[in-house]
Amino acid sequence: MKLSILVNEGPYTHQASDTAYQFTKAALEKGVEIFRVFFYNDGVNNGTRLTVPPQDDRNIQKNWSELGEKYKLDLVVCIAAAQRRGILDEGEAKRHGKGEGAANIAPGFRISGLGQLIEAGIEAERLVVFGD
Amino acid sequence: MSVAKKFLYVNRKAPYGTIYALESLEVVLIGAAFDQNVSLAFLDDGVFQLAKGQDTKGLGVKNFSPTFRALGDYGVTKLYVEKESLAERGLTEDDLMPVTYEDENDGFAEKPSLIFVDRAELARVMRDQDVVLSF
Repeated sequence: MKLSILVNEGPYTHQASDTAYQFTKAALEKGVEIFRVFFYNDGVNNGTRLTVPPQDDRNIQKNWSELGEKYKLDLVVCIAAAQRRGILDEGEAKRHGKGEGAANIAPGFRISGLGQLIEAGIEAERLVVFGD
Repeated sequence: MSVAKKFLYVNRKAPYGTIYALESLEVVLIGAAFDQNVSLAFLDDGVFQLAKGQDTKGLGVKNFSPTFRALGDYGVTKLYVEKESLAERGLTEDDLMPVTYEDENDGFAEKPSLIFVDRAELARVMRDQDVVLSF
């Protein structure tokens, strides 16, 4: 089985990103292939390295980054949604003149276009959507 | 990419209170370039996205409703509207803006894109899809 995952809500505000993470982790542990995890709408906020949750709570962004590293996951943040919400990589920060050190994309995530979401739907046997 | 898949975009939210409607439409427009079999569904408060005479000047928000009328040019010609959702909100088919497309297989005749279906029919439409994106 080959799945793609779509995450449409931000961390902490909504359970969708927690559920998506737990689902993705469980699927990977069962040997399911994850073609891509795509972050859209407020879901892009899962991919900022600047979140600092309280120490006695889960760190959702770090969970994703670690899962991504362990399984070589393709964690893709939508560029249009990310720009609206202030999520930038080095290239975008430079292109929009946001200054040195403005890039805040978290480790293991990359920023790309919506075409990557459509491709995720085409290439996987199922696209599983987590949202409101 | 061999055989085209059936993509359904499910629109459930009113157009301006949240960003879901706009960002759903942005995926539809990008996705249209991939030559897939695309349709849209409007249900719950999503039917308000197609309401006639939208005017957002007072809101300071961009009115993106004209984009629905351009979908035909992108090859997106099936917009399913759930009848019960209209009725539950006191709306009729006449409260929605006309959305049409030019049928290239029929001498570019102008045809309606809005397909009014009841809840059970919409469930069948959903079951028939390969990919369902819900916003």
